[in-house]
This record gives sequence, structure tokens and C-alpha cells, in this order.
Amino acid sequence: MTDNANIDTYRRRFLGGTATALAGLSVAPGVFLHEVAQARPADEAVTSEVRWGMLIDTNKCANGCNDCVSACNEEHGLTGHGRPETDAQWIRKVDLRDKQTGHTQSLPLLCQHCEHPPCVDVCPTGASFKRADGIVLVDKHICIGCRYCMMACPYKARSFIHEDLQDQLPHAPRGKGTVESCTFCVHRVDNDRTPACVEACTAENHNAMVFGDINDPDSDISKQLRQHSSRQIRADLNLNTGVRYRGI
Amino acid sequence: MRNLMQKSLRILLSLTVMAGLPASASAGSDSLLPAVPEAQDRYSATQGCVEPTAEMRRNHMEYILHQRDETVHRGIRTKQYSLEQCINCHVSDAPDAPRYKNDEHFCSSCHSYAAVRIDCFQCHADRPVKTPGMNSLSGHVESDNKPAALSAEPHQALATEVISHD
Repeated sequence: MTDNANIDTYRRRFLGGTATALAGLSVAPGVFLHEVAQARPADEAVTSEVRWGMLIDTNKCANGCNDCVSACNEEHGLTGHGRPETDAQWIRKVDLRDKQTGHTQSLPLLCQHCEHPPCVDVCPTGASFKRADGIVLVDKHICIGCRYCMMACPYKARSFIHEDLQDQLPHAPRGKGTVESCTFCVHRVDNDRTPACVEACTAENHNAMVFGDINDPDSDISKQLRQHSSRQIRADLNLNTGVRYRGI
Repeated sequence: MRNLMQKSLRILLSLTVMAGLPASASAGSDSLLPAVPEAQDRYSATQGCVEPTAEMRRNHMEYILHQRDETVHRGIRTKQYSLEQCINCHVSDAPDAPRYKNDEHFCSSCHSYAAVRIDCFQCHADRPVKTPGMNSLSGHVESDNKPAALSAEPHQALATEVISHD
């Protein structure tokens, strides 16, 4: 009887201790995450402490699925003029086929937000620029529409607007005679949200796209990059792209 | 106390009406002065626009230009001097509201009078746009009205590009 009582006491102490330890584990990272996830105030400039990046898992990217592309078109009001050769396209699906084995793969291709972007190097006016947090943008106020950047981009990521536009969205100003490309949904990112393509991919449960701060070792994307092998497209160009791919 | 409040409210109202009078008087077709449409709202109880009206009339372009660079290059998205907020307040969101090419548009009313051509609206929205889900940015109240750009069917992507490799 006494032994039983002792065992119960020990058991209680042990279980109690474990519970406290578990509680400690779950509360501490929770608090930490909350601090990290705090949005940057609207009046504070972006800094190079953050570098936005994207990881795309081509194994999860479904053949024939176009959700990221439609989400991008809708988000930025990219309407076509029935001329697919020149219609604006910020993200597109590319199918890869191995001629020897016939194996096919599908992946979304967008601006790779390079650390050393060739589009910025060649821009004669300084319209093409890289923001401190690694997002490569076109300042359309300065762009003269020369399209050197379109030639320089190895990923064919940029489009030129050929037509007069009307009813643009306030968060995505676009106009004739300027070059444009994926902005990593900078208007969303500045508001602590993820890009529209990533949101659409996750909403459809494909989860092929992860977006986050690759400078933060605790971010989801950094953990995945650390854990799995990933590749840059045309890594030989040493551009250190912000968009990485798994499974190619 | 209540009387005093009513009294001051009455004075404020009459002041507002009086301030509006010269504008509406000059809006007559025989006047040479531009007919500038009234704003939808006031910045505060004491101030109509984000800076005193005289300052805005003379220097609005400086504020907008400064904000433009701050937003595009540094990601600063404060609303006080943003062009989007100018439009939200100064242009009606009625479907038949005049567009920027029309002299009755707030910006064009004065700019055509002063013969200063602006190209803001070749890219920027020239009237308030209610974007579903974007209200936290634009400060709009959520609405079911889709902007025209969204009601048009987003274009289909270029038929998927196929790259073969050995």
C-alpha cells in the first residue's frame, strides 16, 4: 500500500514535471515567433536585414495547374489584348521535358529577384532597381521604355506595355511605354502578407510555393532551404537568385 | 454648455457654407475660373486637406513627388500624402464620375485651366477603386463592387511554354 502510494507520488511528480517542461517549450517559441512576425511600421523604410525569397517545389507543382498565374493576373489587373506574344506576363508556367526519358516537369517561372540583377546593371536611367530587402522593381516614373532590361534578363521575366490602359488598380499602377515584372507583390509584403501566387497555391493545397525571409534562420523558407537541396536556375551566372527550385 | 456647442456648430456650418460660396459662384459657365469639385471629406475638424489649403494649392506636387519616391524605393506606405488618398477623397466613386481626360475631374479641372499637363493617370487609378481584400492598404470599406479591371476576365497565360533538354 505504502509502495503504491509512493509510486503514485513519483508518477505525479514526473508527469507534472513533464507537463511544465512541455509548456515551457511551447510558450517560448510562440512568444519568440510573435516578436519576429511583427509588421514593419508604415513609416519605416525597408532594410537589408531582410531578404525576401521564394522556394518552389516542382514535385508538388501540378502539370496543367495555372492557379498562380491566374492569381497574379487578377491581383494586378493584368488583362490581355488577345495578343499572347506581347500581353503582360509576370509569372508563367514552363513545362520541361527530358528528350531521352520523356520525363516531364512543370514549374512557375517569375522574376528571380537576383542579388546581382542584370536588369539593374543595364538600365540607363536607374528605373530598374533592387530594394534594400532584395525585391527587384521598376520605378515606372523613371522608366523610358528602352527595354534593355528585357534583353538582359536571362529568365525572360519582364513585359512591356504596348497599349493605353485604363482602370488600373491603385496598388498596381501600370502604363503604356514602361517595362514591368513580378514585384513579389510588394504591396502585400509591405503589409505583412504573402504574394498572391503563393496564397493561391496554398489555398489549393498544392503547397508548392514558400515565401519568406531567407536572412532569418528561423523562417520556414530558411529551414526548408537548409533541410533540402535546392537549385537556382542558371546558377552559372552567379546572380544569387532569390527564387530557388526543388526537384529540378 | 449645450447651447454653446450648438452655437459653435452653427458658426462652423455657416463658415463652411460661406467658404463654399465663392467656389460655387465661380463655377458658373460665364466664369473664367476653374470649377473645382468639392472633396468628399475633411482631413480634420479644423483642416480641409492634409495641409492648409493654400499650401496644397501651391505645393501639392512636392508632397506627392516626395511620397512617390519614399514608397517606391523605400517601402514607406504612410497614407497622408499618398496619391491614392488624394483620389479617394477628391474624386467621386460614382460609376459616371468624370475621368481624368474630362475637365470636370478634380485634377483636370485646375490643370487644364493652368495648362499644366500631368501624366499621373496614364498609370494610376483616376478614381477611387474598391479592391476586394485590399482595404487595409487603401483604407476603403470593403465592397462587393469589383473594379472594372477585375470584372474583365484576367487574360489566359501564354500557352504553356515547353522547353526540351537532353
